[in-house]
Amino acid sequence: MKSFENILPKLVIAPGFLLGFTFIYGFMIWNGILSVTNSRMLPNYSDFVGLEQYVRLWDMDRWYVALKNLGIFTVLYVGVSMLLGMVLAIFLDQKIRFEGVLRTIYLYPMALSFIVTGTAWKWILNPSLGLEKLMHDLGWASFSFDWLVQSDTAIYCIVIAGVWQSAGFAMALFLAGLRGIDDSIIKAAQIDGASLPRIYWRIILPVLRPVVFSTILVLSHLSIKAFDLVMALTAGGPGYATDVPATFMFTMSFTRGQIGLGAASATMMLATVAAIVVPYLYSELRSKPHER
Amino acid sequence: MNAKNLSRLAVYSVLLIAAFFFLVPLYVMLVTSLKDGAQIRAGNLLSLPTSLNVDAWALAWSSACTGVDCRGLKPFFWNSVSMAVPAVLISTTIGAINGYVLSMWKFRGSDLLFGFMLFGVFMPFQVVLLPMSQVLGFLRLSSSITGLVMVHSLAGMAGTTLFFRNYYTAIPRELVNAARMDGAGFWRIFYRIVIPMSTPILMVTLIWQFTNIWNDFLFGVAFSGADSKPITVGLNNMANTTSSVKNYNVDMAAAIIAGLPTMLVYVLAGQYFVKGLTAGAVKG
Repeated sequence: MKSFENILPKLVIAPGFLLGFTFIYGFMIWNGILSVTNSRMLPNYSDFVGLEQYVRLWDMDRWYVALKNLGIFTVLYVGVSMLLGMVLAIFLDQKIRFEGVLRTIYLYPMALSFIVTGTAWKWILNPSLGLEKLMHDLGWASFSFDWLVQSDTAIYCIVIAGVWQSAGFAMALFLAGLRGIDDSIIKAAQIDGASLPRIYWRIILPVLRPVVFSTILVLSHLSIKAFDLVMALTAGGPGYATDVPATFMFTMSFTRGQIGLGAASATMMLATVAAIVVPYLYSELRSKPHER
Repeated sequence: MNAKNLSRLAVYSVLLIAAFFFLVPLYVMLVTSLKDGAQIRAGNLLSLPTSLNVDAWALAWSSACTGVDCRGLKPFFWNSVSMAVPAVLISTTIGAINGYVLSMWKFRGSDLLFGFMLFGVFMPFQVVLLPMSQVLGFLRLSSSITGLVMVHSLAGMAGTTLFFRNYYTAIPRELVNAARMDGAGFWRIFYRIVIPMSTPILMVTLIWQFTNIWNDFLFGVAFSGADSKPITVGLNNMANTTSSVKNYNVDMAAAIIAGLPTMLVYVLAGQYFVKGLTAGAVKG
């Protein structure tokens, strides 16, 4: 009976973990195998081509466009969301009236699908009837805004919509961090005559460092996975000017009949996320084995 | 004193301008959905509709066309409901049991298992798309809602396990040990002690999973067929359909309909939603 009680917990979680690990690691390996085959429309496991798909991938102009867009998007999306989130969190933390209402307003976009966000912003940024018309009606006759349909600026429209969706999320994380700081530190610094901006810059931001790190981590992995927003706003267009790795992978695998190439690009995405996340998970799990 | 008032004013102005920035798109969606085509061309983004017009809503719900399919969003909406409800329940149940074992019935290697499971929260799901679509084919579940339920249950498991495991770790061990002394077994402790204490984390997980699954697009577009497309895919197809006249009012009404369930959850149970958002990033 005693030994059964010892085995039971393991038995209970075994099927779930088996399926879960198959989904995570089994499919990872499977995808890796596909990426070294010459699969086109259908998976083809008899035609191994080694790393040829990766060579092809890194020879493609379209892949470089996708990487460049991802770079622009990640830097701006993470940077601006954090900056805006930090400012809003610090300001909200000044014993503001209606704080609850404001917080709710800042955060609601996070509950929406990126497809909903993308559809709305597509209409707002629409070159003829959107923002441009509004500015004309307000008397700014020379205003012109066609970023969404220009290949070199469309990616910034995706940034705008992305920041709109996620800045409140950064705000919530920072605010939770700020609320965790002991008030007496701030009081002591104030008695020493430090000004408020100085207190924030020298004392509070350093204390928030772990929160800042985890926010960067969460936002940047979201940006690498960004797929829905791009599909809804530009569908990768004009041409493939706003392709990102996620849309590249999908197009190659499901519409272009280049499964091997799609699998190779998925592996590259996985490697990027792993490079960011694994060190973080490792340190998180090691540093607090028994806390909480 | 005057400088202090001035800085208060500055703080409030920034906060209000930000609120404006976040609210304007919602306002634009709403007013656009209530205009007809002529009003859209005559007015601008912010102008109020001259007469209330709910035709766009009726069209978006039941008769707008995406391609040759002119049934509106209604079938997609119900697809999403019948996909999200079972997937949320399954992934939450599995997560609760996993979390219970990994926190209160630790065994050698259980922390390591948890660590490996955690990676599933962050991994890019592009990696599973191609193998998954083959597996769904083998199981004859391609393009079916059952297939989507399965995919979402598997994909959500890592997150739900994380939620419950972290929550249960905070329950005092003495409680469980005392019950064990009294001869209560694995399931009895779970039902009698752990579950009754789980209401907050259950809410967080249910809401988090529902929001994620309802809003998913990647799995929906990769694995659904003509009769199993979730609402995000329906909305995207409708809004990106290439017809001669763009009906922005219908698109906006459709976008609001697609966003309504998760918005409603957010308004009714926002505190749990925020906890779920922060739980993944900030420990404790």
